[in-house]
Amino acid sequence: MNENLQKAILLGNEAIVQGALQAGVQFVATYPGTPASEIGNEFAKIAKNNNQLYFEFSTNEKLAIEAVIGASFSGLRCLCAMKNFGVNVASDSLLPFLYTGSKGPTVLVVADDPSCHSSAQSEENSRGFAQLAHIPVLEPSDSQECSDFIKLGFEISEKFSLPVMVRLTTRVAHQRAVVDLGKLTPGSDLGAAKFVSNKHQFVTMPPRVLEMHQELLDKIEKIKEYAEKSQVNQLSGANNKIGIIASGVGYLHVKEAMENLQLDLPILKLGFFYPLAEEKIKNFIKPLKKVLIVEELDPYLEREIKCLAKEVNPRLEIFGKNILPEVGELKPEQIVIALAGITGKKAPVAPTNFKTIKHSPRFCTTPMCPYWRVFAAIKKAAPEGTIFGGDIGCYMIAGFSPMQVYDYMFCMGSSIGIGHGIAKAVAGKQKVITLMGDGTFFHSGMPALLNAVYNQSNILAIIVDNRITAMTGHQLNPGMGENIESGTVPEVKIEQIVASLGVKTENLKVIDPVDDFDGFVTTIQEFYPKNEISVIVARRMCALLEKRKK
Amino acid sequence: MNKTKNFNIVILGVGGQGLMTLLRVLSEAAFNAGLDVKTSELHGLSQRGGSVSVYIRFGDKVWSPLVPQGQADLIIALEQQEALNGLYFANKETVFLVNQYETPTMAQTANQVEIEIELRKVTEKVNFLAASEICQKELANEVVSGTYLLGYALNNGYLPLKKENIIEAIKKTMSEKYQELNIKALDLK
Repeated sequence: MNENLQKAILLGNEAIVQGALQAGVQFVATYPGTPASEIGNEFAKIAKNNNQLYFEFSTNEKLAIEAVIGASFSGLRCLCAMKNFGVNVASDSLLPFLYTGSKGPTVLVVADDPSCHSSAQSEENSRGFAQLAHIPVLEPSDSQECSDFIKLGFEISEKFSLPVMVRLTTRVAHQRAVVDLGKLTPGSDLGAAKFVSNKHQFVTMPPRVLEMHQELLDKIEKIKEYAEKSQVNQLSGANNKIGIIASGVGYLHVKEAMENLQLDLPILKLGFFYPLAEEKIKNFIKPLKKVLIVEELDPYLEREIKCLAKEVNPRLEIFGKNILPEVGELKPEQIVIALAGITGKKAPVAPTNFKTIKHSPRFCTTPMCPYWRVFAAIKKAAPEGTIFGGDIGCYMIAGFSPMQVYDYMFCMGSSIGIGHGIAKAVAGKQKVITLMGDGTFFHSGMPALLNAVYNQSNILAIIVDNRITAMTGHQLNPGMGENIESGTVPEVKIEQIVASLGVKTENLKVIDPVDDFDGFVTTIQEFYPKNEISVIVARRMCALLEKRKK
Repeated sequence: MNKTKNFNIVILGVGGQGLMTLLRVLSEAAFNAGLDVKTSELHGLSQRGGSVSVYIRFGDKVWSPLVPQGQADLIIALEQQEALNGLYFANKETVFLVNQYETPTMAQTANQVEIEIELRKVTEKVNFLAASEICQKELANEVVSGTYLLGYALNNGYLPLKKENIIEAIKKTMSEKYQELNIKALDLK
């Protein structure tokens, strides 16, 4: 029992924070997105009045990575966290960051969501960014590895002056498991940070940018040698002609499946996704007759390994996405069936034709979510045939059965951008109403609104301002008048931004959709026929937040 | 390999019923008992009133955070229709504890009789309990119905953990305001 004193049960995301603190992290910026949100929440708890740690909820992921790039150039140890789609937003600055390299060591944590438990948009696999950006990528399987791999990420970043990505999935980020707490590194005060000009390294202008490209490729070659020796590419199991190569949570399912089938096959667990330890893989597959590749979503490893096998073992039978799904997360029973098939063992047959039931997500009822009133008003006021554009936030729930309000829904900020395109295309014959939250407006709605104003479309944009970034678990945003580091800051008013972007005063109104339901209905009716862009800010605090504030 | 079989629990319900709190209590209790533990939970969109299933496994050594198909020892459904979604994890020895509480689904609904018939096709160990109603009546708070079901599982030998481990875990994971309420719910008959 005594050894339990240095251990604790931690969520994968909490272990990320634990590992980062042990690595002496000093500067953290994030934009919340499930399944990465708790990383920011945990840092927010400890950053206040802490002169060794700076933390911010940035207003989008590109700004989070840019804040971290600036802090890294100033010599601080940095961490940036986001969900998969965040990397799309951040990528414009992420790619050149690999060219310049980091000064203070920097780790980027990215959480994917196979099966889209908490995601719309796409079942994105961030591992694709490894090839695109040439960013080293580590893939932990459990909470202990979340902590260990973050520390390793800082070590690699420090050694090679490149940012490192630690890629999680839902079943890793939201897995609770036993973790060795380890020792905290005594930090140093942020006051020591200094930006030392280094134009040669921090300015990505041609022709220097091409030299930087070469420098990046040279660094990756060196990291590849490092990966070949790294303990996170780990061999286990007995000798056999059948072997397994696994990554991420898939490795845990493999161990589970082997126990289930009473098998002891050799496994190569790849903690390093990029650069790949090719020599190690070649040595592993050389004596094998069959190999099973276990990875979630796209067969990135499988494609690489097929190439390597042509060199060292052309007769190797490679199993992967031919017997395991490429869509949806992996489950242990799928690995049991796959392994049983390959080894000629009998797999337990389980019935699956059960009656099931589905509760669709819905707005809160206790306390009553103000969005119920927002959508009741829209239903009352908007004529049949109106085109509804949805966006990312709690209000997207109106897209589920039975409401099924939205006619299109993509990514953060896109309701206005796509709505503008439709409005231009249909040229006044149909009307578009878009719905976007306060957090999403600050994230990426502002440029979309500016474009719609400038290029003169006539959408009616309803900005549902519930005074917080709610869906991801109540994180602060610029509309609230507070941040983590300073406490009170000037409150940013959405209606002022909207007016500044060029929406005319007579086409702009702020209304409480609960207290002034009738006024809200009338305003939608009044704005609907306008041939210019109009905006309603439906301002009413999230009922959960209101309850908590009491 | 002298490893004993892990104990696997699946908890089902709709987002907002306190599934994550139950998982935290169970994981800390198993950890207090010196066992290896893994859970898999869901946050975000999946917590907004929709169907949610979460997992906890404990024993000598736990690999996957997911309970494999057909391998649940105990299935707790905080909403009775959700019990049907638990069948995927059930075998003929699985114990079902089902809260007689219902939130409507928009598509198809199933009543208690229909649900019970389906569950009994797989296992005889099916228990329907008026957890929400009892907690509302006795403690004026139906949110603790999950804790009540844990108490029921403990008292009937369906959960291989000690009550003191659960109480210790409640004290560790909950704010003081809720500790007493939950410990009371554990003892409700």
